[in-house]
Amino acid sequence: MTYLDFEKPIAELIEQQEKMKQAAAKSGVDISKTLQELDEKIVEQRTKVYKNLTPWQRVQASRHPERPYTLAYIEAITEGNFMELHGDRTVKDDKAMVGGFGSVNGQTVMFIGQQKGTNTKTRQYRNFGMPNPEGYRKALRLMKLAEKFNKPVVTFIDTPGAYPGLEAEERGQGEAIARNLFEMAKLRVPIICIIIGEGASGGALGIGVGDRVLMLENTWYSVISPESCSSILWRSWDFKEKAAIGLKLTADDMMGQKLIDGIIREPIGGAHTSPAEMFSIVKTEILSHIAELKQMKPDERIKQRIDKFCSMGVVVED
Amino acid sequence: MSWYKRITKGIKTSTKEKKGTPEGLWYKCPSCKKITPSNEHADGMYVCPHCDYHERIGSAEYFKIIFDNNEYAELNPNLSAGDPLNFEDTKKYTDRLADSQKKTELKDAIRTVAGKVDGNDLVVACMDFNFIGGSMGSVVGEKISRAIDFCLKYNIPLMIISKSGGARMMEAAYSLMQMAKTSAKLTLLAEARIPYISLLTDPTTGGVTASFAMLGDLNIGEPESLIAFAGPRVVKETIGKDLPKGFQRAEFVLEHGFLDKIIHRKDLKIKLSQLLVMFKN
Repeated sequence: MTYLDFEKPIAELIEQQEKMKQAAAKSGVDISKTLQELDEKIVEQRTKVYKNLTPWQRVQASRHPERPYTLAYIEAITEGNFMELHGDRTVKDDKAMVGGFGSVNGQTVMFIGQQKGTNTKTRQYRNFGMPNPEGYRKALRLMKLAEKFNKPVVTFIDTPGAYPGLEAEERGQGEAIARNLFEMAKLRVPIICIIIGEGASGGALGIGVGDRVLMLENTWYSVISPESCSSILWRSWDFKEKAAIGLKLTADDMMGQKLIDGIIREPIGGAHTSPAEMFSIVKTEILSHIAELKQMKPDERIKQRIDKFCSMGVVVED
Repeated sequence: MSWYKRITKGIKTSTKEKKGTPEGLWYKCPSCKKITPSNEHADGMYVCPHCDYHERIGSAEYFKIIFDNNEYAELNPNLSAGDPLNFEDTKKYTDRLADSQKKTELKDAIRTVAGKVDGNDLVVACMDFNFIGGSMGSVVGEKISRAIDFCLKYNIPLMIISKSGGARMMEAAYSLMQMAKTSAKLTLLAEARIPYISLLTDPTTGGVTASFAMLGDLNIGEPESLIAFAGPRVVKETIGKDLPKGFQRAEFVLEHGFLDKIIHRKDLKIKLSQLLVMFKN
């Protein structure tokens, strides 16, 4: 396990527990009662730590190396009943954006999301979850496919941003994202967008226009990462904690600003402590939202979606 | 040699005797470095007569170029930014807004107006780069949204003149959502079959490029404008190499298929009215 700085108190307890287990195995003494007590203590500590995270710690938690990524969610939610589909039909297959049909309790759903890697090799293969224009175009192609066959769309958002590379610019990164915003606004099937990790700017929003936009508890969503914000506004990387506070980027903040529709709670200690529980919570959420959205007529749903985004913003009128 | 030596130190001319140099009599082109009298430069629509360099201009200048007799009515002129996040970096956002308003005599980074171009109705939303880098916050989104409502109500084509560094950080996620808001609103205009012309001028970057600026029925660029999603500095840092010449300039963007046309500022009005007529007839 990898532990973040603020997870140290938890790590210490777990280490203590491991040592006791080893010692007990050697000596044959029954320590089940002590172990149980320690278990309770660990849960208590996890609850305490995760209840009081600062916005910056929340950002760190969203990037926890053991946090589950998009494909893990899809595999679990569909119980392996997932057919990955590739390519944007124009340039190539972007490995940072994945998608395909999956079956959830017999209901076919189009899943789409940014994908990060789990080790150095796959991180590079997935371009660190930073899609190129063809990634957004692949996502759009799959959404259109879903629309044609009347299947709901679920997107998993987890990206440090759209890739700012030379070829990305040549192939129109801006146009690709813009096109998705436009098309998603009027897609005739239900769209549910779930931020499962990092929600960085246009790269996240490019698959983030939905009837329901939901954030997991330990994620962030904003116009820029706290590091880049610090570097631009303070001209130094040292103000990221301050930027994280100022940007009001946590799920609670975003809910308060009415920019998202809901928060999905995570298992005690974050998604990475109990991925199976996390997947099951997300699955329940997806099913209930699909059921709700299916009740509405497409035109009604689209109108509500457009009205929702059009009401966002704070202006003063003299 | 004593001709060239200063015998007594300092400037001895009294202030009264000094001849003042009036401000801004001359314009020095940042591209070719040649000098033009300011009034001539202004009469030439702020384009360098020597090298065609298009100087960045504001909404007032664009309106003057586009509209018949410089006549137009401003829509929603009284909208200004709130500070929903109480944002403060090296300066309070409210102070930054107040300073910009004072300096530019504008309320925010966009103005929306309705007028006539050679007799054809047109609604124009024009960004002002001088106002916090033409950044898009709630006001920009709301004004575009209301301008579209106006176009829908009176069946008038829309032109948005983009000139922006992207989304406004001080309004964080509110700014981000203006991308979704403007794009969503444009679907209504498209559904009503009302033409939308996007004019991308120097510079058009970030969240503005990744939303309404790239969504025109026609995307038109001004010569040599920087049009990008990620700015050249960021791209350079990412790839660790020097960028090719002309990278992300309007001509480059056209070659890659994202602009319909590049139009010289001097031809803007005539081409615009030609297009409006073509859409109509």
